[in-house]
Amino acid sequence: MTDLPRTQHIAASGLIAAIGISIAYISFTQEPADAFIFPRLIASVFAVLAVWTFVKAVLGRTKVGNGISGVALRRMLPGLGVAIVYIYWAAKALGFYTATGAAFFVLLSLYDPAPHSDIKSWLKRILITAGFMAVMYGLFAQLLNVFTPREIFF
Amino acid sequence: MEFLFYLGDVFTPINFGLLLLGTVGGLILGATPGLSPTMAVALLIPFTFKLEPQQGLILLGAAYTSTVAGGAVSAILLKIPGAPANIATTLDGHTMATKGEGAKALQLSFLASAVGGLFGVFLLIFLTPVLAGWALAFGPSHLFWLAILGVTVIGTLDSSSVVKGLLSGCIGLWLATIGFDDIMGAQRFIFHPSVSGGINVIPALIGLFAIPQVITMFTKGRSSEDAEVISVERHPIRLAFIEVFRRKTALAIGTLTGSIIGLIPGVGGQIAGLVAYDQSKKFSRESEKFGTGHSEGVIAAESANNAMVGPSLVPLLTLSIPGSPTAAVLLGGLLIHGIFPGPDLFMNYPQVAWTFINSMLIGQILMCVLGLYIAGLAASVARVPHAVMAATVLGLAVFGSYSVQNSMGDVYVMATLGIAMYFLERFGFSAAPLVLGLILGPIAEANFIQGSMIANATVGTGAYFFTGWLNWLLILIVLASVSYSVWMEITARRYTTKDDAVAKEEALS
Repeated sequence: MTDLPRTQHIAASGLIAAIGISIAYISFTQEPADAFIFPRLIASVFAVLAVWTFVKAVLGRTKVGNGISGVALRRMLPGLGVAIVYIYWAAKALGFYTATGAAFFVLLSLYDPAPHSDIKSWLKRILITAGFMAVMYGLFAQLLNVFTPREIFF
Repeated sequence: MEFLFYLGDVFTPINFGLLLLGTVGGLILGATPGLSPTMAVALLIPFTFKLEPQQGLILLGAAYTSTVAGGAVSAILLKIPGAPANIATTLDGHTMATKGEGAKALQLSFLASAVGGLFGVFLLIFLTPVLAGWALAFGPSHLFWLAILGVTVIGTLDSSSVVKGLLSGCIGLWLATIGFDDIMGAQRFIFHPSVSGGINVIPALIGLFAIPQVITMFTKGRSSEDAEVISVERHPIRLAFIEVFRRKTALAIGTLTGSIIGLIPGVGGQIAGLVAYDQSKKFSRESEKFGTGHSEGVIAAESANNAMVGPSLVPLLTLSIPGSPTAAVLLGGLLIHGIFPGPDLFMNYPQVAWTFINSMLIGQILMCVLGLYIAGLAASVARVPHAVMAATVLGLAVFGSYSVQNSMGDVYVMATLGIAMYFLERFGFSAAPLVLGLILGPIAEANFIQGSMIANATVGTGAYFFTGWLNWLLILIVLASVSYSVWMEITARRYTTKDDAVAKEEALS
């Protein structure tokens, strides 16, 4: 295991340990106490295991988990960014179908191995997006009758 | 023989149509690398909202059965296992395909899957009522320990690190406590309005299983795997039949191993396939041929991974304790229809329970027949580029989560849990115990509170939860699974270098 995963393991397990301790603190201090009996039980075990994992990471004894390589992070970030914007903002602000269509097309354009200079590949992406949206609309709007936020666009 | 009384219900036009749809869809989804059976079933749940409970379960059950078998198609023709359960199939199946025996390998895999699957479902049929009868005697303390056992066994056996497995289970149990406590009327851990009503299980399942796969596909960048689909020559099915039953040792070992492993919570199809392959090799007269395209390897692996499907549902249907992540997803499918599985399931909803089980029985035969015909199509679908798969799964995850309660909060919960799970997986945590914790948390808490109330009025908490042979048996199983996993981890560490562990983890992911 290289130094990078070790640093990553320390950061990740440190964050989990902080969450575990916070949950334990909330469980033991919140009222009514009776509502927190079970969470106290869970939070205590959670905090102990999380601190144990953190100490192991600090000592460099973590055996499993390869962390995230720089290459994987660079490849993932554009897609993750699009997904986050789509889910946390665009789906509600623009309307479900518009946002889904846009996100689908952008993701396809970002990760499709076909060359960007080829006009045919763009046509293919447009057709795939249109086909996917037709299926989604048919399934959710027509078959399942799910009402989705339409907002400023469809 | 009560199941025979409801067998006709499977053949109503809608039920049989759904069974066909689930089987064909499952075979195609199963062949798609990256789409695990659990994820396929989780993504299908929103499509069952408008269906009757047994219809929804028929669709989900058919998808579960056939995704496991469908994974063999890409394992044999592309050397890419459709699901972890098909890893062992790749060893001999792909070699057979490269030697021009692709059709034979596919036929053997579907026939062996059907034999194993049928045996597994018969085990489900005959074991479930017996266990359900026993389970009626369970009190709150036993149900509490059973829930803890479910999380602990999966946490320890399904993870490469015992501590991280148990920690994942704790995270799931904690997530289950978020929201409004009905008994005490208090709000707990509500740090965002999206979780004020608690964490809905279906969006959580979709997020935990689908989003990490989407992000994993992103990490492959613009690469194209260009996996070559090996062309399939015609092969008489009659000869495949003869071959499967001629290799009866491999078939028996695969079927029995898969069935036994299926009954153990958390072990899963991947282990079933690999253990059966290994055992068949040991008992075979032609052990030296294993790995060189030997039919026994395919028969053992495929009969095992399908034989575990039926038994893996026994704890779910009798004790409401899902024995595997896919069973946990099926539990979610039951809960949205207001059906809570457990010992009284067969008394309150016999038609739903038996039609579902019978559909899995018929589904095995359909899967075998259809699988032989659509293997070529499934292999082509398996070559769908990562970009299309990632965007499609993301869109389905968002729509599916929203459709549960028409709530954006559910979509946010799905995405947050999914993104967090991706990073947790990279650091050695596993989704299965987390999901089990999330699902079993309310069962554990309700029985803990109920048990505490009884205990306070009678013998006291310590005596109530820690006395009685059944309590002790359950506690001993919890301790045994933890001890066994710790021992295995220590011995594996003794013989494995860090580089080996990293390489193995990369290969599995």
